[in-house]
Amino acid sequence: MIYEGKQKIWSDYQKEIPDDHYFYVRSCIRQTFFPASEWAFLDITRNKLNKNIFETEHHTTCGGIAYHSDAIPQETVMTIIARQFALMHKYGYENYVCSCITSFGLYCETLESWREFPDLQNKIAENLKKATGLDFAKPKFLVHASDLMYKYKNLIAAQAKFKLVDKNTGKPLRVVEHIGCHYSKMFPSKGVGGAEYPYVLAGMIEAWGGEVVDYPERRHCCGFGFRQYFVQSNRGYSLANTHKKFESMEPYKPDMIITNCPGCPYFMDRWQYVIAETQGKTYGQNGHGIPVFTYEEVAGLVLGYNPWDLGLQTHQVGPEPVLDKMGIHYDPAKKYLGKNGKNIGKPDFVECIK
Amino acid sequence: MGKLYERLMKDYRIKEGLNACINCGTCTAICPAAEFYKYDPRQIVDTVQSQDDAEIEKLLKSDTIWYCGECMSCVTRCPRKNAPGLVVMALRSLSIDMGYFMESEKGRQQYVVSKDLCGNILNYGYCVYPRTFKYATHQEAGKVWKWEEEHMDDVYERLNANLDGEGPGAVRKIPQKDLDEIKKIFDITGGTDRVNAVKAAAEKRAKELGLTEEEYFNKIYTECNGAHLNH
Repeated sequence: MIYEGKQKIWSDYQKEIPDDHYFYVRSCIRQTFFPASEWAFLDITRNKLNKNIFETEHHTTCGGIAYHSDAIPQETVMTIIARQFALMHKYGYENYVCSCITSFGLYCETLESWREFPDLQNKIAENLKKATGLDFAKPKFLVHASDLMYKYKNLIAAQAKFKLVDKNTGKPLRVVEHIGCHYSKMFPSKGVGGAEYPYVLAGMIEAWGGEVVDYPERRHCCGFGFRQYFVQSNRGYSLANTHKKFESMEPYKPDMIITNCPGCPYFMDRWQYVIAETQGKTYGQNGHGIPVFTYEEVAGLVLGYNPWDLGLQTHQVGPEPVLDKMGIHYDPAKKYLGKNGKNIGKPDFVECIK
Repeated sequence: MGKLYERLMKDYRIKEGLNACINCGTCTAICPAAEFYKYDPRQIVDTVQSQDDAEIEKLLKSDTIWYCGECMSCVTRCPRKNAPGLVVMALRSLSIDMGYFMESEKGRQQYVVSKDLCGNILNYGYCVYPRTFKYATHQEAGKVWKWEEEHMDDVYERLNANLDGEGPGAVRKIPQKDLDEIKKIFDITGGTDRVNAVKAAAEKRAKELGLTEEEYFNKIYTECNGAHLNH
């Protein structure tokens, strides 16, 4: 592709991301498996960057996982979403930032459906009033939390204590970026860089000193598949998709993976463990897997947060090779301690993968 | 034009997701499910746009419509701006409404996702909730999750979460008033009707098989006849 053509495509997929004043909603999967990532996001934006990011205890799931597992009808999920938006309005916000990619895609779909079918929007507004008494409202700006981190990438770089650079060689770490499917595959114009050249994570990697790894199955799904994971007999689907991605990226020898979807890091971390346990195969060096991180974890590491405050001890694939390369100091003896150094045991030793 | 086709056309996802399909098969080429299962989204969209009710009914009773992972990779690639993934979602909804989902092994699994996910939403306000995500049925979650489950309160406290606590924070306890509003939304939008319909069909089948609810749940949670895969 000629450079000018690529620049034109890129300019079509720029997205306006307000700098401040957001209503924040959590992710069911992110807060379950990576609660410290959501904590880090709020700590970084509020306390390091002095942004106004508001959260209320009254918001709930958007219902997206149940909807995409076909357990609830479209009208149900749309009314739950209307309730989330109404809470934003009630608390005086018009910018909406969500932690979940499934939610983000569904919000995009819902807003588009409401725009296209005003009768449907009216029906949902009536449902909302009847069920909750709340007034219908829509966000002026809808962004995913990774959009905001992308927006702030240079501010974070300016405060960086560590870089995505191998301190021993001086070379950039080789980073695979994995974008959640529902971020921009359905509505490319709603994501930074679109579906073909999503730049939301690549921008962070470059700003923080790393090198983005391209590989054939870069855009392939992690394999969550909703019902394909939640029902035990379907899980081969999920595993097979992750396996396909790792086989594809292996020859490019990535140091680490960074993701923006709540589920993807769980699947890409845990299925590496299963592949190691069942096939005896690991994708990193010397029996290690390839460590998988959320973008909040990576931002936290760059800013000098304690890896165990970021929850890296809850990964099945150990993050230590990346911490060592970045020159981050950590105390292995404190990895599995509870609050205030409380002894809360540690996971059983896993022989098949480090 | 048949009655099933007419009902499908009322679904907003069909209105948005189905223009004239040219049968190019790009969706099938990109589809993660088509690689794993005997699955061809091109054929599904073609059957729907044929308007042939007999063929649509076969589809609604088949395993086929349940193979999709709803990743929506097909949407990006379709040269006609179709969304086969949305068409599949409309088919699944109609299959449940008609009771046809009970005719296939994969369709019957709806009881599992309905019970687990809707149970979490109505009881806790979340689709996924740590205390109901068990290592025993998710051993791929690793020894680290086993440890987290055994020391859940301590681990979540260490990770700055607010497990079952008051006020904002990760995995907080959602106030009862808010859960009541979610339940009311379910009641007036068809959510409760769908949960009840899937449950009633499962209980009827369990009774026919002479199984308890728990035995039936475990059967459909683990059962796999081996004919689904795209070897």
